Amino acid sequence: MSLIVNGKQVHGPADPRVSLLDHLREDLHLTGTKKGCNQGACGACTVLVDGERILSCLALAVQYDGRAITTIEGLAGGDALHPLQAAFVEHDGFQCGYCTPGQICSAIGMASELERGVPSHVSADLAADAQWTREEIQERMSGNLCRCGAHNGIVDAIRATFATEASA
Amino acid sequence: MTPFDYARPIDAADALRRGAIAGTAYLGGGTNLVDLMRETVARPERLVDVSGLPAAIEETEDGGLLIAAAVRNTALAEHRIVRARYPLLSRAILAGASAQIRNMATVGGNLLQRTRCTYFYDTEGSRCNKRQPGSGCDAREGFNRIHAVLGGSDACVATHPSDMCVALAALDATVHVDGPAGPRTIPFADFHRLPGDRPDRDTNLELGDLVTAVALPPLPAGTRSTYRKVRDRASYAFALVSVATTLELEGDRIKQVRIAFGGVAHKPWRAMRAEAALLDRPATHQAFLDAAAAEFVDARPLRDNAFKPALASRTLAAVLEELAMGDAA
Repeated sequence: MSLIVNGKQVHGPADPRVSLLDHLREDLHLTGTKKGCNQGACGACTVLVDGERILSCLALAVQYDGRAITTIEGLAGGDALHPLQAAFVEHDGFQCGYCTPGQICSAIGMASELERGVPSHVSADLAADAQWTREEIQERMSGNLCRCGAHNGIVDAIRATFATEASA
Repeated sequence: MTPFDYARPIDAADALRRGAIAGTAYLGGGTNLVDLMRETVARPERLVDVSGLPAAIEETEDGGLLIAAAVRNTALAEHRIVRARYPLLSRAILAGASAQIRNMATVGGNLLQRTRCTYFYDTEGSRCNKRQPGSGCDAREGFNRIHAVLGGSDACVATHPSDMCVALAALDATVHVDGPAGPRTIPFADFHRLPGDRPDRDTNLELGDLVTAVALPPLPAGTRSTYRKVRDRASYAFALVSVATTLELEGDRIKQVRIAFGGVAHKPWRAMRAEAALLDRPATHQAFLDAAAAEFVDARPLRDNAFKPALASRTLAAVLEELAMGDAA
């Protein structure tokens, strides 16, 4: 089996027990993706699969044969930060930084969900287009914990990056 | 994690052939099973990955929906027909887990997820009849704030953790199953079990059975429905109690009502007594509270969860009142 990680084709693990998270970190040495709880409760291991955010700790790598994985290492263009990375710096979206790769991958996945109209738990009208409000962003990012408490800065960074002037 | 063989079947027939061997587990999105395997609560020798089987959502001739088991939770919650006709189902799914998990988790896997009782997970230090039949239950006299108040047994007081399943119980869904005995359908109320003296069995599935789809009957025009979840934090937490309900009024009287509770029992709890108490009665706050009281009259709270009958009753009354007024979200 093989995976496409940040645009590069790589081998999958020989042992089906290996999680996507461990394969990224231990075999491919892409240590940007973090192992927090390793049980699906913290979001630090969030990566994008074909553009959708998932938890790599609960994913067996073997299940993702042929899929395109994007990690935090795949977002910047050389030394040029992804606009959301720059916004996290600008808006103090982190202190220790451990949850940050997961936060950023999660927010990119969230932006495409919101743009295609996926409702959330706090959407008052299931039929209406979702808005880039703080409440919507907070709910949609609730799967990513930050023990430093930088959540307000994270929401600011996400709004600054993705919210259009019409809905900001 | 104990070693296992992994196979990806080419179709459902191939999956069934592979799944008929003892020691085999079907793998959906993995959001529960992979965790249980890592904790060695589950130790399958073979995994048959059914997450890549067709994942269609189709309208049926009777005006309902047929949802393939491999449909992801997000895909179901965002489907335009589900949002328009079955808002309680969209709301239930969106109230569960996190967006990342909903992107991974399948409908079939959601039905088969296991309890979050901490004693069930604690392989090193706790007795649990669900994990190890006959070993005892440390929850009954332990920390049991999240546990059952209805339908429990001496052997087990675990609760079913799903939000989506509470909505499916209220919707009178049908589970489509295929297996060694051939294809069959199971009414949703008969899919999950009460613990009795076999809490190791969560469902009435037999060895090799594969959930292939869930069918929703149409709701009568004019039916209002929603899902309300009460939890310890505003998001990303399991329910303390939850309510899924549909309501159809004729004037100010209740023509049809269906109610299911989550977080109170070993399975999504269809509140037949409360429904019977409300049928053809005026839709008043007091009638809603009386109906809830009828449902919880046999409740057997444990040390830490005596709040649940009152919390569930108030939640039901609030939700029905909002639906009757036409302003529930």
